Amino acid sequence: MPSYVNPEKCDGCKALDKTACQYICPNDLMVLDKEKMKAFNRDVAMCWECYNCVKICPTQAIEIRGYADFVPMGAQVTPLRSTDSIMWTVKFRNGMLKRFKFPIRTTAEGSAVPDGGFETKGDINSPALFTEPASTGMAEVFTLNK
Amino acid sequence: MANFENVTVETDLLILGGGMSACGASVEAAYWAKKNGLKVTLVDKAAMDRSGAVAMGLSAINQYVGLKDGANSVKDYVDYVRNDLMGVTREDLVANIARHVDSTVHLFEKWGLPIWKDEKGAYVHEGRWQLMINGESYKVIVAEAAKNALLQSGVGQIFERIFIVGPVMDGDRIAGAVGFSVRENKFYTFKAKAVLAGMGGAVHVFKPRSSGEGLGRAWYPPWNSGSSAYFTLKAGAEMTCQEVRFIPVRFKDAYGPVGAWFLLFKSRATNAMGGEYMVERKPELENWGPYGRVKPIPANLRNYLGMLDCTDGKGPLFMRTEEAIQKIAEQFKDDEKAYKKKMKELESEAWEDFLDMTISQAILWAASNVQPEEKSSEIAAAEPYFIGSHSGASGAWVSGPADLQTAGTKNDYFWGYDNMSTVKGLFCAGDASGASSHKFSSGSHAEGRIAAKAAVKFILENNTMPKVDQAAVDALKAEILKPIDTFEAFKNATTDSEVNPNYIKPKMFMFRLQKIMDEYAGGVTSNFTVNKAQLERALELLALLKEDSDKLGASNLHELMRCWENVQRMWQAEAHVRTMLFREETRWPGYYFRADKPKIDEQNWLCFANCKYDPKNGNWEMIKRPIHRIF
Repeated sequence: MPSYVNPEKCDGCKALDKTACQYICPNDLMVLDKEKMKAFNRDVAMCWECYNCVKICPTQAIEIRGYADFVPMGAQVTPLRSTDSIMWTVKFRNGMLKRFKFPIRTTAEGSAVPDGGFETKGDINSPALFTEPASTGMAEVFTLNK
Repeated sequence: MANFENVTVETDLLILGGGMSACGASVEAAYWAKKNGLKVTLVDKAAMDRSGAVAMGLSAINQYVGLKDGANSVKDYVDYVRNDLMGVTREDLVANIARHVDSTVHLFEKWGLPIWKDEKGAYVHEGRWQLMINGESYKVIVAEAAKNALLQSGVGQIFERIFIVGPVMDGDRIAGAVGFSVRENKFYTFKAKAVLAGMGGAVHVFKPRSSGEGLGRAWYPPWNSGSSAYFTLKAGAEMTCQEVRFIPVRFKDAYGPVGAWFLLFKSRATNAMGGEYMVERKPELENWGPYGRVKPIPANLRNYLGMLDCTDGKGPLFMRTEEAIQKIAEQFKDDEKAYKKKMKELESEAWEDFLDMTISQAILWAASNVQPEEKSSEIAAAEPYFIGSHSGASGAWVSGPADLQTAGTKNDYFWGYDNMSTVKGLFCAGDASGASSHKFSSGSHAEGRIAAKAAVKFILENNTMPKVDQAAVDALKAEILKPIDTFEAFKNATTDSEVNPNYIKPKMFMFRLQKIMDEYAGGVTSNFTVNKAQLERALELLALLKEDSDKLGASNLHELMRCWENVQRMWQAEAHVRTMLFREETRWPGYYFRADKPKIDEQNWLCFANCKYDPKNGNWEMIKRPIHRIF
C-alpha cells in the first residue's frame, strides 16, 4: 500500500486552504477524493515511503504499511514531528516497542537568514560566492593562479 | 487539442528544479540579482519543502573538506574523486566544488541544521569527508533559506507543481522552457536570458529488484526521472560520462544506507561462508590498473568483489552489524553502567541512520524482528541509477572556472562561464552536470551557487531577451498535450481504459523501457553484463519504443506528467546505451561489465566519452575528450 489513510481520521483538510498530503507529496501521489472528502494514495507502487504525508497530516490519519512484496506483516513505524524534534515509535512484528527522539533543527521555523550573518566580499567577477570568503572560515577562496 | 490556458512568464534567470542544487542557486542568485536589478524565477514539479533527492532527509553530509582546519586540501579531494572514478573526472570542476562546499555546510549550520559535535565542539565525522547530522528536516531547512532569499529580497518568484518538459531555443542560445501545471489545465512558457537546470538524475530507467508494490522503493527517489538529461540533450548540449551509471550496495530490498555501518561503526561485510570478499578477492584488484591499488578502494571495485562472490554462489552477503556493535561496546565491558549506556547510544544511532533517510529499512527491520546489535542483515547491489552527484558521473559537459585552469586544460575545459553547458546560456548543477562526482547533497548545493553566480554574470554580459518563436512554442504545446488528446480520442474504443490498441499508458511504457534496459543494457537480470550485440539490440528496441512514445495516452494531468517522465527516462537510456557501445573497454566493472571488452584499456580509453544529440537532424555524435590534470 505504502501510505494509507484512515477514513475515520481524515477530514480532507476541509478547514485548511489546501489538502496537506496532496500539497507535500514529492511524487504527486496523494489526492483528495472530493466526493468522500478523504485523501488516498493513487499509485502505491510509486511510493518511496518518504513519510512526508504522514508527518504533515494535521489529524494523523496517514500511516505506512511496508511494501507487501517483501516486508513481513505486523510492524509499524510512526513519527510525531514537532517544531524542533521528532519522536519515532517502532513497533516490531513480535510486539516489541522502541522509541527514539531526535532533534530536527536548532533554529525557529521560518527563521533561516540566507547569508547566515556572513559578509560578502567578492564582486560578480571574483571566484568568491555570496557570503564568501567569511563563510569558508578562510581569509580567501582557494585558487590555482595567483 | 486539449483546452489548456497559456501562461507566459518572463524572467532574467530561470532555475529549473527545487532540490539541493536549485536551492543553492536560489540563495546565490537572489543576492547578485538584487545587486543588479534582475529577476529570478524558480520552477519545481513538487513542493520545495520536500522536493528532490533529500525529500525524506539524510543522516549524513557526505562532502565536507575541512579546509579551514587544514584537515584536507582541495587537491586531496580531487585525488579521492579521480581515483574512485577510475581516473575519469574533471579536476577543475571537482576542485571548484571542493573549495566552496565548506561554506555551504557552514551556512546549513547557521540556518538550523543540527550537525553532530564532539565534546570539543568539532564536527563528528562519519568518515574522512562525511559529517553526521540529525537530518530529518535537512531539505526543509535548505528550502526555507532558498525561499527566504528569493521572496524576501523581492527579486524572485516560485512556481510549484509545474512540470517542465523541455527547452525553448533561440538558435544556439537557450531561450526558456515549457511545461504544464499538474494541478490545473495550464500550459506554461518561461522566457529567460539564462536557464539553470537542476532537475536531478534518473531512476527507474532500469528494472528495480522489487517489481510489485516495492517498485517505488528505489534507492534514489522515483521522482527523479531524467528531466535534466532530457532538457540538456534536447537543447543540443554535449553530454559526458553517460556510461557512468551508479549501482549502490545497500541493505537488501529496503536500501538502507551502509555508510555509517562501514565508516562509523567499522563493520565488516562477509559472505554466507563467513569469508570476507574484500580480503579474499584482493588479488582481483591488480587487474584494474592503478585504481585497484588506491585507498579507499573505488566504489565500483568494492561492488565488483561482492558481485563475484554472489556469482560464485557464495551469497547472500551480510553486514556484520552485531559484531561491529559488540566490538565498540566491548571497550566499556569493565563498567556495566557505561556499557549499557554505550549500547543504548549505538542502538539509537543505528536506528536514526535509517529513520532520517530510509524509513522503509526501519520498517523492514521491525517487521523481521531484527535488532542490529544481535543479528546481521543482508546487503546487495541495487539496480543502476543515473546520479552524477554520487559515485556515478553522468551529466552535461560544462565549462570550468577560469582561475582553476592551467595552460594544458583551458582550451578543452573553459568557455567563459562556470558550469555553462555547450549551449549558450544553459547552466547545469547537481546531477545535471557531469564528470564532477562525489558532490552529494552539500556539493550539489555549492555547485548550484557556483552556476547561479556565473549565470547572473552571463546575463549581465548578454543582457538581451532571446527571441522565442511562437510557432515553435505552439508546436511544443501540441506535442506535450498529445497524450491527453490521444486518450480522449480513443478511450471509448474498448471497455477497459488500460487496454487499448490505439495508445500505451505511461506505466506500461516504463515497464517496456525497464525490460529493455534490464535485459540488454546490463541490469540486475543480466548481472550488469553487456556486449556489443546486446547494446545494438537495445538500440533497436529503444527505436521502436521511441516511435511508440508518440502514442502515449494520459487520462489526467498526473498521467501526463508520468508520460513525459518516461520519455525523459527513455532519452537517458539511449544516451547510456550509445556511450557504453562507444567505450570499447571495461573500466567500472562493478557498475557494468563489457564482456566482449573485459579489460581496462588505459592506452585508448583514459578519456571522456561524450555524446551530443543534434536537434536539427536527429543525429547523435560520439566524441572523445581528453583528461587533463590540474594538480
